[in-house]
Amino acid sequence: MREVVHIPAAAVSCRPEDVLALQGVPRGARLDGRIAALLGEGISLYESLAEPVGVLEEVDGAEFAEVYAGAGRNEPRTPLAFIHPRAERLCLFAVTVGGAVSLRISELFQAQEFALGAMLDAAASQGAELCAAFLEARYDGLVAERGAPAARSAYLRYSPGYCGWHVSGQKRLFQRLRPEEIGITLRESCLMEPLKSISGVIAGGPADIHDFDNDYPFCAECRGKDCRARIRRALANER
Amino acid sequence: MEILKRIAAELERGHDQQVGQLTREALAAGAAPKQVLDDGLIAGMNVVGEKFRVHEIFLPDVLLAARAMYAGMDVVKPLLLEEEVPVAGKAVLGTVQGDLHDIGKNLVGIMLKGAGFEVIDLGNDVSPERFVAAAEEHGAPVIGMSALLTTTMPVMKKVVDLVRQKGLAGRIKTIVGGAPLSADYAREIGADAYGYDGVSAVERIKALAGGGAGG
Repeated sequence: MREVVHIPAAAVSCRPEDVLALQGVPRGARLDGRIAALLGEGISLYESLAEPVGVLEEVDGAEFAEVYAGAGRNEPRTPLAFIHPRAERLCLFAVTVGGAVSLRISELFQAQEFALGAMLDAAASQGAELCAAFLEARYDGLVAERGAPAARSAYLRYSPGYCGWHVSGQKRLFQRLRPEEIGITLRESCLMEPLKSISGVIAGGPADIHDFDNDYPFCAECRGKDCRARIRRALANER
Repeated sequence: MEILKRIAAELERGHDQQVGQLTREALAAGAAPKQVLDDGLIAGMNVVGEKFRVHEIFLPDVLLAARAMYAGMDVVKPLLLEEEVPVAGKAVLGTVQGDLHDIGKNLVGIMLKGAGFEVIDLGNDVSPERFVAAAEEHGAPVIGMSALLTTTMPVMKKVVDLVRQKGLAGRIKTIVGGAPLSADYAREIGADAYGYDGVSAVERIKALAGGGAGG
């Protein structure tokens, strides 16, 4: 199964509080009028420039094991090393909000419009996350359309560069998924172009396969710790 | 001079047009460009940095103030160059190879410029060789590296090692920062300093450029 997914802009529209949170503004903080206006402008710019598109390709366990092995630079112990063999379904994905957004962010910083540039940057980051979440849901839907058993299953995505999956794993992932079809390319350093893109694997199966303790060596260095919220969401969304 | 205090106050509020106008007025009234820079623009940016450090204001406020600072700098900079007033220091900044997250690095660059530094911003996805070559080419005594991904942090050590291999340790100092970083990690890889946030990074870079230990 392979599908190019043109994501409706309305499905990946950012929430203002999330855009501010990404810039370190606490939720509920009182905003200066100009900052409120810039926030609105940044989100509008994102919505006008974003061209969200993604690609999904289902793989079997052996195929994914090869992708995951990458260049052999993963951490010795990672959550995904335990999750993927227990997953009932695995689907590679890549998604982008397009190149126009990144170009505009650069232009704004060049023009010393730092605050608006940062608003657009945060909106685009949030938008890319929403695009990836849209693909998770789309894959869940595709599995259901095929009539595959959906009982007690939860879908969660994992990406190279995070949680011990070395960023060099992008190379094998790209070789297998070929997201160039939707305009995403890989730099020699394994960064994606356009920059506001996300790639990885969506693992589906009983929700508890996603439940791990964050006591890996690299967890100590991670300030994000968004795995906790993701796991809670997976457990809550299990159906 | 009263007008310099007004420049600083308008800068704190992020009023770029007023800062530009007042800067021109101050110069026309006979203020020296260096005095406008130090007692108006940098003084205002220092207050902004302190308010940011204590969470009284947030990133969008700082960026509005930075734009106001640049409005004043655009007026003053040609005069400083004409008078050959030396810059406060030079620093090479970049997000390390394999990492694209550069908003923190941009903030440090903006605030460093506000402190009178010349900043050579290499952008994101910067290889160790580019960091060191840029510092050598521009005669910058400080390399500032940023990373958000734990998987790209090891690139920082490669930069530190390369500085040593080329016999530049002591002449070129290194500082690291970014969400997953810590002072312990900075020490472990042999970096000269660690910047917990934008404000502390600027303070440490000033110290490093002045020949101190960044801490």
